[in-house]
Amino acid sequence: MLIEALQWIPANWPTVWTALQQHLLMSAVALGIALVAGIPLGIVVTRSPRAAALAIGAVNALRTIPSIAILAAALPILGIGFAPSVAALVVLAMPPILLNTYVGLSEVDPEVVDAATGMGMTARQTMWRIQIPLAAPAIFAGARTAAIQVISGATLASFIGGGGLGDFVTAGIAIMDMRRVLAGAIPIALLALGVEVGLALTERWIFGKPRRMP
Amino acid sequence: MRWTPTHIPDILEALGQHLLLVGLSVGIAFAIALVLGIWSARRPAVYAAVLAVTGAIFVIPSLALFALMIPFMGLGTKPAVAGLVAYCLLILVRNVATGMRAVPADVLDAALGMGYGRWGLLWRIELPLALPHIVAGIRLATVTVIGIATVAAYINAGGLGAIIFAGIDQRYPEKIIVGGLLTSLLAIGADFVLTRVERRLRADRSA
Amino acid sequence: MTMILLDAVTKRFSPALAPAVDELSLVMGEGTTTALIGPSGCGKTTTMRMINRLIEPTSGRIVIAGEDVTRSDPVTLRRRIGYVIQQVGLFPHLTIAENVATVPQLLGWPETRIRARVDELLALVGLDPATVRARYPRQLSGGQRQRVGVARALAADPPVMLMDEPFGAIDPIARGRLQDEFKEILRRVRKTVVIVTHDLDEAVKMGDFVAIMKDGRLVQHDTPDAILARPAGDFVRSFVGQDRALRRLGLRRVDDVMTPPTGSRGPSVPRGTNLRDALSVVLAESAPVLIVVAADGTPVGEINRDAFFEGRSAEEPGGSGMRG
Repeated sequence: MLIEALQWIPANWPTVWTALQQHLLMSAVALGIALVAGIPLGIVVTRSPRAAALAIGAVNALRTIPSIAILAAALPILGIGFAPSVAALVVLAMPPILLNTYVGLSEVDPEVVDAATGMGMTARQTMWRIQIPLAAPAIFAGARTAAIQVISGATLASFIGGGGLGDFVTAGIAIMDMRRVLAGAIPIALLALGVEVGLALTERWIFGKPRRMP
Repeated sequence: MRWTPTHIPDILEALGQHLLLVGLSVGIAFAIALVLGIWSARRPAVYAAVLAVTGAIFVIPSLALFALMIPFMGLGTKPAVAGLVAYCLLILVRNVATGMRAVPADVLDAALGMGYGRWGLLWRIELPLALPHIVAGIRLATVTVIGIATVAAYINAGGLGAIIFAGIDQRYPEKIIVGGLLTSLLAIGADFVLTRVERRLRADRSA
Repeated sequence: MTMILLDAVTKRFSPALAPAVDELSLVMGEGTTTALIGPSGCGKTTTMRMINRLIEPTSGRIVIAGEDVTRSDPVTLRRRIGYVIQQVGLFPHLTIAENVATVPQLLGWPETRIRARVDELLALVGLDPATVRARYPRQLSGGQRQRVGVARALAADPPVMLMDEPFGAIDPIARGRLQDEFKEILRRVRKTVVIVTHDLDEAVKMGDFVAIMKDGRLVQHDTPDAILARPAGDFVRSFVGQDRALRRLGLRRVDDVMTPPTGSRGPSVPRGTNLRDALSVVLAESAPVLIVVAADGTPVGEINRDAFFEGRSAEEPGGSGMRG
């Protein structure tokens, strides 16, 4: 059966290739938007304890909602297809990015910030030259968690017509064609593992030691 | 709110199925993790290998993981539970091992000096002291599994996910919201209860 | 010439609380070192942090080199004031050279000038530029980090230096040596220095002047010798402790009291030894006379044992007067 499935992939390469591209595009766009929105938001909320408490509360509540419900919720609001899927994936990717940015920034040693201010750095200079570089490992770890979340969520986009590799799994289950199910599941698993390993290596390469926050 | 009031029994049944899925999975996974965690806690090479494997499983998207079970187990509760068990192994093993390692060396020394045997040490000293970490692991695993179990509905395991999928198929937003919200509340509730247990255990042990 | 002037400075953190600093007036001359000392919560750190406006005074004036700092831009002001803190606050993600270069870079100095300045300063604080330049703070010992902290504060040659418990994180043995070295460095660079400490020995050793604070108020501001000789009131007397006579001896060197050598024999100490250490040699050896020798061992003077005890009562008229 496994062999049949592995034979099915090259035999149907154009369809698999299109699905893989859709999957990657959907994930990359969503992750990109979440990074561009989430990191600045994380920086901004650090400045006000009240905003931080609010944002963290919202994000933690959001995290308890299952991914499939978030994708499904996009359906009545935005309809089916690529754009609603991306929107839902952005929502999935935001919590780890926002949270890690906030935690990373608030864990910067206050003495170091005091020294920077005392030496005559403006608030902006302190942020860009000291706080953000020191929070970078935490922010990267958040992006890494978000990337896995998004790739995983993108498999569920199949349910709201977003395409991607999940289509093979859902179609395979519908007609109980195991070749098709595995032709979806195996590339999805490999993709997720590849991204995880790739990002872990990148992290080690940039920051030295591995570090991950829940 | 037209569907909900007339379908309370169906919703409760789905909730029951969901709880069963979660309870069964976390229970089985805990039994496995306890063995793996105790075995690997003081063997760095074993621990690294166990973490690599369970970590790899944790990364696999849920739909793909369930799909990988189907050829061997068919559809239904069995592959769903198998998938969910595999999922929470990482969290549970890590916390069991961390808890075991957190027992101070002088406490172990004293216990050995008092004549505890290997099993006595494990049951009377190490595991009780590791309990807060273990409960924290159970909490994280439970909250995670409550969310992922919704996807299991697609392989006919039932649960709250079934309501969400019905909502998607029928374009019925109310079902999506009810299914999603109940899952979320369940996760928040489990987190709340287990956090209290954990805090209580930590307080008892801090003396 | 006055470098720093605090004029009736008050800081209230909350209207409900007593002021942290209460109508404090203090004058610090150019090129002098003033040690702010007092029990914790006395307002010494708050006072220092108002000088570079990390804390804004509630009322009063702070003037540095004739300029009212409460009216100048805090960022520009801080670039002209060196700042050293207890935990050093080195930037962990930047190399030692980059740390020292911080303020010159903020001021936009050209690269070549910055590089030369960094090496010059590292050498000044007793570090080998070639070895430490490219290292990161975590690769240095506590004492080395503190040296870098001072080099960084001196980088843009600020006329004023603020030091908040600069030796607090250093182990006691290394501390004494570092204090000696910093005193020498500060003497060479001729800065106006404010140093906050809770350690009386440190204040007496480092300060040309010592300002003792209590509950946000200044209780005595004078030279270390004068404070030890004539503590103003019960608080200062108990603060400086029973052994203030010994501490005073620590302030003076054998060179100040020795008489020309007459060829007597006895235990010897090198020039520059403080009288406290010299006295302990005399007592340990039960010697009637102490010989002071130059670096090459030739006697340059001698001190009669009685000289240590002479004039003690005569120098304390304030003390006895107050008792009477």
